[in-house]
Amino acid sequence: MSETAGAADRSIGVAFEKAKAEGRALLIGCMPAGFPTVPGSIAAMRAMVDAGVDVIEVEIPYSDPVMDGPVIQRASDIALAGGVRVADTLRIIEAVAATGAPVVTMTYWNPIERYGVDAFARDLAAAGGTGLITPDLIPEEAGEWLAASDAYGLDRTFLVAPSSTDRRLAMTVAHCRGFVYATALMGVTGARTKTSEAAPTLVGRVRAVSGLPVGVGLGVGTGAQAAEVGRYADGVIVGSALIRCVLEAADETAGLAALGTLSTELAEGVRSVRR
Amino acid sequence: MSAPTLPDSSAQMPDGAGHFGPYGGRFVPEALVAALDELDAAYRKALSDESFQSDLARMMSEYANTPSRLYPAERLSARVGARILLKREDLNHTGAHKVRNVLGQALLTKRMGKPRVIAETGAGQHGVASATAAAYLDLECVVYMGEVDTARQALNVARMRMLGATVVPVTSGSRTLKDALNEALRDWVANVDRTHYIIGTTAGPAPFPEMVREFVRGIGVEARQQCLDATGALPDAVTACVGGGSNALGIFHAFVPDTDVRLYGFEAGGDGIETGRHASSITGGSSGVLHGTRTYVLQDEDGQTVESHSISAGLDYPGVGPEHAWLNDIGRARYSPVTDAEAMDAFQLLCRTEGIIPAIESAHALAGTLKIIPELAAELGREPTIVVNLSGRGDKDVHTAGEYFGILDGER
Repeated sequence: MSETAGAADRSIGVAFEKAKAEGRALLIGCMPAGFPTVPGSIAAMRAMVDAGVDVIEVEIPYSDPVMDGPVIQRASDIALAGGVRVADTLRIIEAVAATGAPVVTMTYWNPIERYGVDAFARDLAAAGGTGLITPDLIPEEAGEWLAASDAYGLDRTFLVAPSSTDRRLAMTVAHCRGFVYATALMGVTGARTKTSEAAPTLVGRVRAVSGLPVGVGLGVGTGAQAAEVGRYADGVIVGSALIRCVLEAADETAGLAALGTLSTELAEGVRSVRR
Repeated sequence: MSAPTLPDSSAQMPDGAGHFGPYGGRFVPEALVAALDELDAAYRKALSDESFQSDLARMMSEYANTPSRLYPAERLSARVGARILLKREDLNHTGAHKVRNVLGQALLTKRMGKPRVIAETGAGQHGVASATAAAYLDLECVVYMGEVDTARQALNVARMRMLGATVVPVTSGSRTLKDALNEALRDWVANVDRTHYIIGTTAGPAPFPEMVREFVRGIGVEARQQCLDATGALPDAVTACVGGGSNALGIFHAFVPDTDVRLYGFEAGGDGIETGRHASSITGGSSGVLHGTRTYVLQDEDGQTVESHSISAGLDYPGVGPEHAWLNDIGRARYSPVTDAEAMDAFQLLCRTEGIIPAIESAHALAGTLKIIPELAAELGREPTIVVNLSGRGDKDVHTAGEYFGILDGER
């Protein structure tokens, strides 16, 4: 395990600052751990980093992913059918963090509760993970995670939504560390033909109460969409479109090639607009 | 029926955030929190709104056919050595206790000004009840049902469609009830401004467990008074089957302060707890988070939901309402499993002794009751009086039971 200096370089905050200095938004690419296999997912995440994705979001596959659309559901089912375990996810995080790209983990709450919140935080930090995005954990239920993330210096990304009231939004953002995840649409994950009109307003509402970077996810799938979202958000989060490259490929080589091509397009997208 | 006098039930309420001890709460995407807050506010307003309460009372009486009777099952009683009183929820409109919950939530939907309801269903009973309430109150209705279940419950699919509902077969995950619930939650996140999600049991994120309990607790309020009227005393025990747990909480709730009345919940034991093929979340599961709430869950070492198994589609769910988890932990109610075989023996017994074909779910309640009679009689030193919640009728199960007993023409 590398020492603290290395860990600081891999922090999300530093990555956002670097992108900001370059006058662009940060690109976050998501892939479920163990999809299509454990080595296959490591290869996919490395290909994304090589093609210019700034931060890798590793999703822990879960049997009942209610915030996810059909693409991530299918990928998660494939990973679980392949026998991937939470411990494998930690190995994958370690392998991807070794590329130098910051790795954030997205997870539904039950696998963490089952593993033990404190034990998971300890092992995540040891593996070089930066923190958690928690789609079904709201700050009111997060007491144990607030304590564990403080104890191990991990980031906490809770979601805000267009339906969040001002009071809730301020409370949620106050509990975030690293960055805030703004769900652009009222809906589940999945690439859409049009990006959200609600997202810029939501990002503005977060900025009004916090200096934390804001990532926008749900519905982004092309370079042009990444550019559009990159005009107003600090981070552009892409999941389903990248995962589909692997899901729909004839074989692993073709999947990695498609993934590389789309990652490059998205990376060019966020670099095509000056902020 | 005179108005029952109830002890103060405030001690049983969840806390302000919907927790029953360590259970319950809200484990949901932020996008749903505003809708849950809106629902919570509308529900609390309805509790003290006389026009809501009188409309609901009228619907429950003239439409749903409640209060249901408490029937002294004399031939059965003579056979089993206990005085058995059956709470006849099977005679309600749509054939089960579920109509109480859906009418309450559908009326609340109207009060919130939303034109659309969605529901999940396993066997189809909650889906049929939701489609019924939607037709009755002029609401658009979409029902999510696992593809495995639409195939094995084709008649209920047709029923829902006759009532004007859209049935969506769910093809994700294990393609059963839990996946239908996931899909309904996804729909709700996307359409929450014009849609209410009628959850079918006392589970899900707050305020659902408390709200559904409120709409079904009339079962116990009625049964308590009916038992006093009929026998001059409270029963020694009240029994019910437990899947998600709404019929059980419905009949337990009024009796919770009566500490002399034993409460028994019977979970679906499938092929037996030891086989791993069961749906006994309390007896055979562990604490976890599923479908928006913390409760007992069937899960593996990594917290992945494990598929449940039961001959009863209505009990075939890998979780249980959070209040049951709490009642179990504090020892106020006792939960134990009943196997498929035990349930089907009790099913046949009730058919032959009383001329009542029960839902297979309710047959679990009866089977469990038969198992506790000896110890209860020994403890009391006399024949016990037991109120059994006959939560539903068996029309929907004729095919399953016919197959089980090998009495369908062409089967044997």
